Amino acid sequence: MRFELREVTSPLLLLMTPIAAIAVSLFLCAGFIAVAGAPVMGAYGHLAKGAFGSAFAITETLTRATPLILTGLSAAVAFRARLWNIGAEGQLYLGAIVTAALGAHVEGLPGWLADLVLILSGGLAGMLLLLGPTLLKLKLGVDEVVTTLLLNFMVLLLVSALIEGPLRDPLAFGFPQSAPVSDGAMLPKLVAHARLHAGFIIAVVIALVVATIDGYSVFGFAAQAVGLNIRAARFAGIPIERVLVCVALMSGGLAGIGGALEVIGLKGYVTLDMSPGYGYTGIIVAMLAGLHPLGVVASSIFVAGVFVGADAMGRAYNIPSAIADVIVAVSLLIMLLALLFARYRLRWT
Amino acid sequence: MKVEPDIAIRLQRITKRFGPLLANNGISLVVGRREIVALLGENGAGKTTLMNILFGHYVADEGTVEVFGRHLTPGSTRAAIAAGVGMVHQHFTLAANLTVIENIESGTESFLRPKLARRWSRQRLCGLSSRFGLAVDPDALVGTLSIGERQRVEILKALYREAQVLVLDEPTAVLTPQEASSLFATLRRMAAEGLAIIFISHKLDEVRANADRILVLRAGAIVAERTPATATRDELAELMVGRRVVRPRRDPLPSGIPLLEAQGVSLHDGHQLRLDNATFTVREREILGLVGVSGNGQGALADLVTGLAVPTSGRLTVLGKPILQSDPRWLVAAGVARIPDDRHAVGVVGDMSVWKNAIIERVGTPRFSRCGIIRRNAAMMYTRELVERYDIRGAPLDRRARLLSGGNLQKLILGRNLAAAPRLIIANQPTRGLDEGAVARVHTQLLEAKRRSTGILLITEDLDEVTALADRIMAIYRGRLSPTIPAEIADARGLGLMMAGHWDETSNAV
Repeated sequence: MRFELREVTSPLLLLMTPIAAIAVSLFLCAGFIAVAGAPVMGAYGHLAKGAFGSAFAITETLTRATPLILTGLSAAVAFRARLWNIGAEGQLYLGAIVTAALGAHVEGLPGWLADLVLILSGGLAGMLLLLGPTLLKLKLGVDEVVTTLLLNFMVLLLVSALIEGPLRDPLAFGFPQSAPVSDGAMLPKLVAHARLHAGFIIAVVIALVVATIDGYSVFGFAAQAVGLNIRAARFAGIPIERVLVCVALMSGGLAGIGGALEVIGLKGYVTLDMSPGYGYTGIIVAMLAGLHPLGVVASSIFVAGVFVGADAMGRAYNIPSAIADVIVAVSLLIMLLALLFARYRLRWT
Repeated sequence: MKVEPDIAIRLQRITKRFGPLLANNGISLVVGRREIVALLGENGAGKTTLMNILFGHYVADEGTVEVFGRHLTPGSTRAAIAAGVGMVHQHFTLAANLTVIENIESGTESFLRPKLARRWSRQRLCGLSSRFGLAVDPDALVGTLSIGERQRVEILKALYREAQVLVLDEPTAVLTPQEASSLFATLRRMAAEGLAIIFISHKLDEVRANADRILVLRAGAIVAERTPATATRDELAELMVGRRVVRPRRDPLPSGIPLLEAQGVSLHDGHQLRLDNATFTVREREILGLVGVSGNGQGALADLVTGLAVPTSGRLTVLGKPILQSDPRWLVAAGVARIPDDRHAVGVVGDMSVWKNAIIERVGTPRFSRCGIIRRNAAMMYTRELVERYDIRGAPLDRRARLLSGGNLQKLILGRNLAAAPRLIIANQPTRGLDEGAVARVHTQLLEAKRRSTGILLITEDLDEVTALADRIMAIYRGRLSPTIPAEIADARGLGLMMAGHWDETSNAV
């Protein structure tokens, strides 16, 4: 048995890979559901219904998908250039806290301008946070996996200090949360009585912009070349350092915008449980999407659907909703395997 | 089974396919003890595949391998070693951070009494080394050895494992002519002691001088068997290629103004001096050849003139402008064509499409982009032109460049460089690994460029190439350049000595 490189990987195969991976992981996770004592088909039925079965379910799923689209794009953009940004979680929180801090002071501005300022400053915060590790990597060869990962914890501590201290909301009955942004700066809801907000539209538009940059611009071309073969890129005269710095700014900025949208789209303030690991889940989302920006939108909705649906499934059969984490994790593992098969062919000898 | 003690290896009807490619097609051959057999063939003829089947790296689709009358388990390197087959690969398989003796022992060390075993293996190594004239210091770190010495270690490693059959894949590709002749003297001694030797080569003179028998491989099949006494060089060339191929030769032209000038250029890399005080000039309408065994500093020189590095000291001028910062894009824009030595790893991004690789050096220019957006139609049209003009075959424009064969990849790289009518060409190993037809085409294109007033720096390890093309030749050894000699007085022996660092500083500087 050996692996042979495929000469051609057809687009159909690339499209089928994540779908097959998801199908296989649902099949495997059926075992866990059975062990938890629920009928498998019924459980998956509730999961699907809970995620997409009603207008309300769909709005919930899309609400969850919004930050995942941005952290997924953040990972996709960086990973394509082989910049291993594991710090989207920190960039998201920093973007959120900067947005919250400024958001309390934008009362005089018209709503759209306030939104624009807040989104951009959230993005800027994320950019600056990833700039440090990237410069350390380029100038001193410091491994960005370590620096970006560890910065997540530092940012979380910083956010904690801020919302317990200077940014604390005095009207929150002692709960550690930041003072809310002014009402005028909150994004409009898309559907009455649901949490879904305009941030989702913004996220999809951003994904389209990123896809355009990736596919049609000189910068996208350069980033692709750097990621696929850095030696050839350098030989061809592509300015490696400048490209990687721009990639870092884009990646960090996207995650920061994700944090900003969460703040001005949902609650209006920052708490320490604002993100259930959106930054890390973004990596899974990006991998499932094969690092393609538009694929990120689809895989975000899938992953968000699993999380939202698993709650419904858990309620219906009294099984732990942590099964959602298992499904998403297994689908990542299967996807990694499936990517191997998309690139190589197995030959029995 | 009848035992024929003098037959070391018998391959029968070996067939191996890689996808649609028939790499070996029903090959049968017999090699006896005390015999040196050459497998002669072009790149892609199936020589290495065949030997990898013998050594158990690959499993043949059909056919059998017998060593000393016994069938070999297919696909087991271990079985091949146990049966007495030793292989010296083209790319050595030694650990640079271990000593010679550690490398040789690795895989055979004793767990129980390592100290005693070490003493014993040292004795054996010294015995082998003096018996076959393979001098090497057992305690030297492999990383500090020259290429020739590393090859000796590889051979000793095979002998240490009691190889009775030794297979060498392109053993002289990295050696100076002098090192090569000492290698063949060693092989002769080993054959006299009863070993069977097979070496792979595509060099006609080498196989005629050193083999007892020559097997010519073409397109996966043995097309002829000759002895050196009965084969002429031209006949072998024709058998190998399948048709007559004539490599073009240089025509002397009056040279013009200097295009590339180096004045005492040095390059430090950390603590290492990679290039030491180099001085040379390339003018219009001339080809300056640089020969050297790989790893002697030609890489550093190539980095400097292709814009990847900046001189630590000295003055390097390209087309009248001193090189003060690393800027490949300026070189491309100014009219410097650059052909890198490793076309797969440096020349192209294999996983990007053919058309993207065609424009990669000029993607930021107004011709191929506007306001940061790539002009895909212009790029496609340009690539289509290149494909037509330089006869690039094997992949549609929007498929990965990786699908192109080595020869077609080189056509793409040459095409994107020559299409811009360059004033200066830096050609680093432009024909390494190409078949005869492709070599002749590359040579023709370089000579045509010279006729159009282009100056060319040709960096190569191939002495035939440099004597056929260059007007003047210099050698590089441990980072130092020899004086330049005119091509008329260069021969393989003299160049070989220069590549080994023997030259007279005061003589014939041109």
